[in-house]
Amino acid sequence: MSTPTSMTTSMPALAPLSTEESASFDRATIDYIQRASATGLYEIRGLGAKRRLPHFDDLLLLGASLSRYPLEGYREKCSTKTVLGTRYATKPVVLDTPITIAGMSFGALSANVKEALGRAASAVGTSTTTGDGGMTNEERNASKTLVYQCLPSRYGFNPDDVRRADAIEIVIGQGAKPGGGGMLLGQKVNPRVAKMRTLPAGVDQRSASRHPDWTGPDDLAIKIRELREITDWEKPIYVKVGATRVPHDVKLAVHSGADVVVVDGMQGGTAATQLTFIEHVGIPTLAAVRQAADALEELNMTGKVQLIVSGGIRSGADVAKALALGADAVSIGQGVLFSLGCNSSTYMQKGQHIDATADYAALGTKPGFCHHCHTGRCPVGVTTQDAVLEQRLEVEVGARRVKNYLKTLTMELTTLARACGKQDVHHMEREDLVGLTVEAAAMAGVPLAGTEWIPGRAV
Amino acid sequence: MSAATSAGTAATAAPVKEFNLSRPGVAPETALRELNLWLHRDANSGGIRQVRVLNPDGAHSIAAGVDASLRIDVEGHAGYYVAGMNQHATVTVHGNAGTGAAENMMSGLVRIKGFASNSAGASAHGGVLVIEGDASLRCGISLKGGDIVVGGSAGSFTAFMAQAGRIVICGDAGEALGDSLYEAVIYVRGKVASLGADARFEEMTPADLAAVRELLAIAGFDHDPSTFRKVASARGLYHWNADASQEY
Repeated sequence: MSTPTSMTTSMPALAPLSTEESASFDRATIDYIQRASATGLYEIRGLGAKRRLPHFDDLLLLGASLSRYPLEGYREKCSTKTVLGTRYATKPVVLDTPITIAGMSFGALSANVKEALGRAASAVGTSTTTGDGGMTNEERNASKTLVYQCLPSRYGFNPDDVRRADAIEIVIGQGAKPGGGGMLLGQKVNPRVAKMRTLPAGVDQRSASRHPDWTGPDDLAIKIRELREITDWEKPIYVKVGATRVPHDVKLAVHSGADVVVVDGMQGGTAATQLTFIEHVGIPTLAAVRQAADALEELNMTGKVQLIVSGGIRSGADVAKALALGADAVSIGQGVLFSLGCNSSTYMQKGQHIDATADYAALGTKPGFCHHCHTGRCPVGVTTQDAVLEQRLEVEVGARRVKNYLKTLTMELTTLARACGKQDVHHMEREDLVGLTVEAAAMAGVPLAGTEWIPGRAV
Repeated sequence: MSAATSAGTAATAAPVKEFNLSRPGVAPETALRELNLWLHRDANSGGIRQVRVLNPDGAHSIAAGVDASLRIDVEGHAGYYVAGMNQHATVTVHGNAGTGAAENMMSGLVRIKGFASNSAGASAHGGVLVIEGDASLRCGISLKGGDIVVGGSAGSFTAFMAQAGRIVICGDAGEALGDSLYEAVIYVRGKVASLGADARFEEMTPADLAAVRELLAIAGFDHDPSTFRKVASARGLYHWNADASQEY
């Protein structure tokens, strides 16, 4: 209170009229309108939704106590083994952790980064995934288990890589832009990227949003059978959807014959997408997990068709909560990029930290806020195709950091699972969760903490 | 494994192997699996250079994923994705083909004697697809270097977003021909209902005439190359352009 001595203060204090900001037309909104007016073009950026959303932070785990029996944190085993693709594939993917690396394209990322991810994933016994740019040798050779994406663009898609993949992921959409195709601006379409994608170098590449050779779930069923025929029914087929009408999409993916359904919530990242798409299309990951798990349950497919959840997974706690809600595994994209050094003020060269803040400034941003993946001018060499900048990410350094990150998450996950009395992380269950907010409790279908009330569910 | 023997078909001369996809007591998918497994595992190991697929009855994924210099004759109608992702093989469908014939072909020659349904030759990186009849919607969509010759007419959105390769249409073309083309080129002999976004007619050069002549010769069609018109990308959508906002 600015006037504590006043005898007549019943109104809240207002900001001086000269600096009163509008809630509807705040500075960010005014900036947006003026940018649109100046350019006539929507804004494009990388990473995922930045708005605050109901998320796993809004759930809490109920550790064991008198009514439940915990496991000894440092002595008793807690299995993290994860098997994906048990429905039809004769060679399912077997992983040592349920935490996988999400599809990110060579093109969006440099070849160094793809190799680092492959090495890290192999070191911790998990899988990595190609992206909308085909499979590089660096990535294949570095990855023990590699998931090969079949996207609407089909850039670089070829039968030799289908045969040398460990699983195929048919991408219907992604959480950052359900209903939209890929995008790679010209500055990242260097000669190698252009050749792999059969595009003119430097072109502003806008990928298709629909697959070229099938339309709708009945066609998809035939497409999946073709891929099974081509791979002699050995490899798991994943179907990835951006989270929107999750119950329908999951059921249709199962109907189409998927071994694994991947559901990517709206916090999922992108290398370049229209801002309006990132922030306004799709539903939060938290809401999507529960709907996807329920859809599998309704089809009696729980445990037969595996569910992978992605979109804003950051920590072991996020993983534990996703598993408790019904996911079999998670996929991480942005977290892995931050692990590599995305948004760090420095990058490592020959053991030395080199300051990169001036390069962030040149992009009009600073560490902690950068989402300029689309420019290809990544100050720390992660999301670039520039011959100089990409050297800023040393494969060894990147591989070590991502390995550490994935190990940390797995340890956090088992810590929480043991505390909940589980000897297998896949035994985490909804009963282990409560919601911290009414919204999160409603979306996750768990009681609001301290109550027995599950908002939105019949009592 | 000898599917031909188990099928009870007459033994033919050694180099030809027969697979009957419609046999009493054998599920069609099992018969298809026998065919494709043999094509994937054994086609390169023996002396057999020709395979006949009998009674295909519209089965999907016939001869998908073949990587062998082999002649494959499909003696009837094929379903979706016949010769999908083909490498090296010469596949002839003596009938019509369903959606996605020779999709993502890398090399070889696929010939459809009848009509082809939607998305024939989709995203083909190489090889030649010949459709002696008409092609339906989206023929050559997302083409990445393969060549397609359509003896009859082609439906709407032919060559949608085609990136590289050549498409020859001996008859007419439907709406939105060459919409959002990249570097692929189209040669069309008949009427064009409409051009798609960023597609335009261009002058036929001597190189274009030679290309059409070459592809017609491969396909076995006797037309005068000079009667074809060329459609290619105006390249107006290669880069962001605020003024073209509703064009793309």
